[in-house]
Amino acid sequence: MTPPHRTPGSGTDQDNPEDRLRRFTTIWSRAIYPATAMSMTRPEFETYLAPLAQELADALHARPFDPAPAAGVGTALITANCTDPDVLSRTLGVIDSYLVLYRGTEDLTAEDARARCARLQHSLAAGFAQALRERTLCEQEAIARSALRARSAAEEALHATEARFRAVFEGAAIGISIADLDGNVLEVNDTLTKMFGGLEHHVLSRNVRDWVHPEDVSHVWRLYDELVRGEREHYRVEKAYYRNDGTVLWTNLTVSLLRDADGAPQYQLALMEDTTERRLLNLRLRYEATHDALTGLPNRSLFSERLEKTLSAGDDSRFGLCYLDLDGFKAINDSLGHSAGDRLLAEVADRLQSCATAPGEMVARLGGDEFVALITGPATQSGVTELASRILGALSTPVTVDGRDFTVRGSIGIVEGRAADRSAAEVLRSADITMYRAKAAGGNRYELADAEADARAITRHGLTTALPAALERGEFFIEYQPLVHLDDGSVHGAEALVRWCHPQHGVLGPDRFIPLAEHTGLIVPLGRWVLEQSVRQAMAWHEQLSGGAGGAGGAAGPLRINVNLSPTQLHHPGLVGDTVEVLDRVGLPPGSLCLEVTESALIGADEDLLKPLRQLSEMGVDIALDDFGTGYSNLANLRRLPVSVLKLDRSFTQGMQRHPADPVDLKIVEGIVSLAHSLELAVTVEGVETGAQAEQLRQLGCDTAQGWYYARPGPPERLHALSLADAGPSSN
Amino acid sequence: MERPAWAPPGIDISVPSVSRIYDYYLGGSRNFEVDRDAARRAMEFLPGLPVIMKANRAFMRRAVKFARTEGITQFLDIGCGIPSFGNVHEVAQDGSPMNRVLYVDHDPVAVEHSQAVLDGNAYASATSGDLREPRKILDSPEAAGLLDLERPVALLLVAVLHFVQDEDEPYRAVAELRDALAPGSLLVVTHASPHGVPEPPERVEGMTGVYRSLGNPLVMRAREEITRFFDGFTLVAPGLVAMPDWRPDQPDAQEDPYAFVGFGGVGRKP
Repeated sequence: MTPPHRTPGSGTDQDNPEDRLRRFTTIWSRAIYPATAMSMTRPEFETYLAPLAQELADALHARPFDPAPAAGVGTALITANCTDPDVLSRTLGVIDSYLVLYRGTEDLTAEDARARCARLQHSLAAGFAQALRERTLCEQEAIARSALRARSAAEEALHATEARFRAVFEGAAIGISIADLDGNVLEVNDTLTKMFGGLEHHVLSRNVRDWVHPEDVSHVWRLYDELVRGEREHYRVEKAYYRNDGTVLWTNLTVSLLRDADGAPQYQLALMEDTTERRLLNLRLRYEATHDALTGLPNRSLFSERLEKTLSAGDDSRFGLCYLDLDGFKAINDSLGHSAGDRLLAEVADRLQSCATAPGEMVARLGGDEFVALITGPATQSGVTELASRILGALSTPVTVDGRDFTVRGSIGIVEGRAADRSAAEVLRSADITMYRAKAAGGNRYELADAEADARAITRHGLTTALPAALERGEFFIEYQPLVHLDDGSVHGAEALVRWCHPQHGVLGPDRFIPLAEHTGLIVPLGRWVLEQSVRQAMAWHEQLSGGAGGAGGAAGPLRINVNLSPTQLHHPGLVGDTVEVLDRVGLPPGSLCLEVTESALIGADEDLLKPLRQLSEMGVDIALDDFGTGYSNLANLRRLPVSVLKLDRSFTQGMQRHPADPVDLKIVEGIVSLAHSLELAVTVEGVETGAQAEQLRQLGCDTAQGWYYARPGPPERLHALSLADAGPSSN
Repeated sequence: MERPAWAPPGIDISVPSVSRIYDYYLGGSRNFEVDRDAARRAMEFLPGLPVIMKANRAFMRRAVKFARTEGITQFLDIGCGIPSFGNVHEVAQDGSPMNRVLYVDHDPVAVEHSQAVLDGNAYASATSGDLREPRKILDSPEAAGLLDLERPVALLLVAVLHFVQDEDEPYRAVAELRDALAPGSLLVVTHASPHGVPEPPERVEGMTGVYRSLGNPLVMRAREEITRFFDGFTLVAPGLVAMPDWRPDQPDAQEDPYAFVGFGGVGRKP
C-alpha cells in the first residue's frame, strides 16, 4: 500500500494537513531558534511561528497567487527579535526543503509549486530585510538620542560645576592662576590681576619663568622644575614679584600640579596670597622692636642677638666691643632738660654711627647714655682700639644744642678676644667694669679689659646689681654711735650709720656701698629709709627718757639724731618734703634732727642748692658740715651756709694722740673752734680714742665728741643704756 | 577651552561602552561602531561570546520568573545595561503591572535609554548609580520612591560583578546591599569565569585584554569566589551552576558549549 517513494505532503501518510503544517513549524523553529536571542522559550517560539507557517502555506496555494504575505512573515521574524542573518538563510532553507514537501502539490504542478515557493522566499527575504533595516535605523536613532540626552545632561552638570568653580575662581580673595607645564599663563582671576597692578594682559602675556625676583629663595625654581616634571605634587614658598609699576608684591605662593584623568601632569595651579602689607608691618614691627626710637640705632635686644650670633660663630673668629658711657651726661640732662638731652644723644648717636660703617661693624644704644660698638673680622685687636679712638675723636667736637656748645666726653671699656671664649653676659659685664675703670681714671679715655681688674671689680659690680633687691629684702640696718658733751660727758645724741648685712659678704660699711648707691640713684630711697628709721629711733629714745627717768632726760635735753646726706640726696627735689613728712608723721621735733652734709658737697654751691638746706634750717633742723678741714675749706664761705655745726675731720684728732700733742694741730683746732664759735657754730670732733684726747679737746673748747673712747657704733639699746647711765668713757 | 581637570567626566561616545557591546552581542543595533569594533575584537578570541550573553539573558528571564513564583514583587537590577528584549520589567510586570522595577547603571547612556523605554511606566524607573557605592543607590530618591525595603526584593547583579575589581571591594558592596534587604529577599547573580570555556586559556587572556584596553577590565572569578557573594544567603536549588543548568524550561535543550561558560545562581536571605 505504501508507495516506495512517498512524500510527506502527498497524502499517503495518515496525518492531516494541520499535523503536517505543525511538523513543518517544528522543523522551522528548531532550525532558527539557536540563531536567535530572545526571551521566548523554544515551545513559545514554535507557537509564535505556527500562524506564520500557516500564512506561508496559504500563500503557496492562493489563487490568484500573491507572494506579499511572505513579506509579512519576514517582518514578523524581526519583530520576534530574530535579527541574526542566519535566521533568514535558515528560514529560506527550511522553506525550500520542506514547505512544498509538507504542504503538498495536489492543486499545483511541481513546477508551479517550486516557482511559487521561490517567489515566496524572495518576498520573505525582502520583508525581513526591510523590517531589519527599519528596526536597525530605529534602534540607532534611539541610542543616538539617548547618547545625546546623556551628553547634554552631563554637559549641563558640567556647566553647573564650571559655573560654580568660575564663581569660586573669580570671587576668591586669593589670586589664582593656571598655567601649562611650559609656564604659559592660561587663566588668571581678577584678584590676581589686581595684585599685579590691574592689567590682565600684563599677567596673561607672561611665562611663569619670567617671574624671577632677586629675593627668590634659592630652592624656589628647583621646586618649580620638580613640579612641572611631575616629581612633586605641590610646594609652598614666600615669593616676591614685580608689579606693573615695578614695585614689589610679596606673596604666600602655593603651586599644585593638576593631572589629567590618566594621571599625567597637565597644568599647574598657583594660589597667591598678597602678604605685602603684612610683611611691611612685620618688618616695621621688627624694626621697632629692635631699634631705639630716639636715635634709630639698634637697641639692646638687637645688639644682644648680634652679639650672641657673633660669639657663637666659631673658634677662630674674633670680636671687639667698645662700651661707651658719656661722662657727666646726667648733669647736662638735669640742667638743660630732657628734650635737649635727647637731641644731644641723637647727635652723639649719629657721630658714633659714622665711626662704624664698615661691614661687620655695628653701633647700638643700650639705654640712657650707654652705647656699644661691635666689630668682627680678622683684625679686631688693632681695629677695636682704633674704633675707640675714632669714637673719642668724634666726640671731641662740641655738640651744639639750643645754640649752646657742649663738650661731650665718654669713657670706653674695650673687650676683645676669641668669639668662642666667653658668653655674651660675661663680655658685657667685663666691658661695663672696664668702662667704669676708664671713668674712675678720669673719663674721656678708653681702657682695655683685663682679667685681674675684672676680678677686683666683680664685687663692686655684684654689689651694685644686688643693691635694689637688698633694700626690698630688708638687708640694711642702722648702728648708732653716741655723741657726747665734752664738758660733762653726758650723751648728747647719736650719729646713724647704715650697714648692709650682705648674704655672702657679711656686714658691709657705708664706704663699700654708698658710692654705688649714689651712682645708681638708689641712694634716694635708701636715704629716705635711713632717715625714717633714725627719726623713729630718736622718737623712741625720747619717749623712754621722758617717761622712765624724766628728770635726767629733762636735764640733758632730748637725744638728737645725726643723719648723713649724700650729694645726690642734696640735689633731690623731694628732700625737704620727705624730711618734713617723716618728722610730722613720727612726731619728732625738728630740733632733734641734725643732717650731716660733707664740705665737698657744698663747695661752689649756689643759692639754688642751698635753698632746701636753708628751709630745713629755718624749721629748726640742724645742718652739720661733715669732714670739715679735709677739702679746700673756704672759711669765708662758712658765713653764708645754713649750717649750725662743724664736724672736725678725724685727721685733726689723730695728731693729738701723740704725746706730747702736735702743737701746730692744737693751734689749728683752737683757731677753728674760735672761728666757729664766733660764727655761732657748735664744734663736734670725730675719732676720739683716748681720754687725753678728750681732755685736750674739751680744753680747746670743742662742744661734742664721738669716737671709740666713748663707744663704737652699736645697736640702739646700747645707746639707751649709755644715756641712762650718762656714763663717761666706755669700758670696752 | 579644554575641560578643566576638576570637571566631572562627560559623555564620550568615541569610547566603547560595555552596555552597548552587550547589546551588540544580543543582535541589537543600539550601539556605535566603536562598540561593534570592540565586540568583534573580543570575538576574535572567543567567537561564542554572543552565545554566553544569550544564555545569560535566558537565565535572567528564568530567575525573574522564579522570583515571581516566590512572591517577590520588587526588583532592583544593578548594572542593567541597555534594555533590549526580555527586559526585567517586561518579565516582572507581565500580568502584574504594579510590580516594581528599579534599573541602575553607571553608564549615563544606558540610564537615558532605559528612562526612554520606561517612559509612561509608573512602576519602573532607571537611575544613575554605581555598584561600588551601594549606599548612594539605596539612598537615592528613585529607590525611596519605588522600593519598600521592609519587604523582600529581588536584587539582580547580572553580569556586573565581574566588572568590579577586588580593590573596589565587591564583597563589601554585596554585603552592604544584603544588610539593607528584608528577609526573604533574593540575590540573582551571573558571573564570568574561565571555567568551561571551550578554547585554550590564552584566548581567554586575549578576550580579557580587550576589555582591559577599554578601561573596563573583566575579572574572571573561580566558582568558589563567586559562591562567596552569597555569604548571608542560602542558595536555592540547583545552586551555583552553569547558566543553562539552572532550572531550564525544557530538559532537552540542545545548547552550544559556550552557553555553559560562567555561573549563575539565586540565593535567599533567611
